[in-house]
Amino acid sequence: MSESVKLSFPVLADDFSHAGEASGSLKRTLKKLGIDMEVIRRVSIAVYEGEINMVIHADGGVIDAEISAESIEVWLRDKGPGIKDVELAMQEGYSTARDHIRALGFGAGMGLPNIKKYTDEMSIETEIGVGTTVYLKVNIT
Amino acid sequence: MTVSDVKQILNAEYIWGEELESTEIYSACGSDMMSDVLAYVKDQSVLLTGLVNPQVVRTAEMMDMRCIVFVRGKEPDAAIISLAEDRGIVLMKTQLRMFTACGLLYENGLKGGETADV
Repeated sequence: MSESVKLSFPVLADDFSHAGEASGSLKRTLKKLGIDMEVIRRVSIAVYEGEINMVIHADGGVIDAEISAESIEVWLRDKGPGIKDVELAMQEGYSTARDHIRALGFGAGMGLPNIKKYTDEMSIETEIGVGTTVYLKVNIT
Repeated sequence: MTVSDVKQILNAEYIWGEELESTEIYSACGSDMMSDVLAYVKDQSVLLTGLVNPQVVRTAEMMDMRCIVFVRGKEPDAAIISLAEDRGIVLMKTQLRMFTACGLLYENGLKGGETADV
């Protein structure tokens, strides 16, 4: 791949039944590009967790991805309420999700820790009342 | 173990994907919490769950899982079945409860795949 490929996927607000469509589309595109399956799996799981967060906690947003020969970088941007305590949010088991989200199989406080686990780089920029951007990077080589 | 063996051991019924019955299964995971499923990658896995929503199929898709077994006779709706069909993931249901279903598969040689982490 001589030039990088840029992709953008909208994430709809309050649409739990469709949550994961953006991650699924990204995964299928990465397969078509012939990227290593293990790399694809790590990116897909991380982006899927991020997408679920955007639906649960924010009112959707946009997922942008940039694929180069060296890495896959993804920005998950929302205009949600922001994260009050990022350090706490990064702890396994900590969640502010309500019971109805748990009944849907999420809200176990594993989302952000899982993103960190599967990526080579991860950072969070957040501002209360403005929104959150989660950046992640998985190296190909 | 194949998908067909899983069906037989759990006395399960196919909902979709009988034609994929010879697919090899190397590990299993039983949970109603999808984030817990996403925390541990396994190879060619089957997912046992009592949760019935499209996120079960999407979680399996992200993990490259081959088969989903709904325990306690849970029935997915048409949208879930069509999503699984599109993604090529076998769906089946068993009347057994989670503990018993997991126990039977384990007893028959299927492991949790803990060593296949990432």
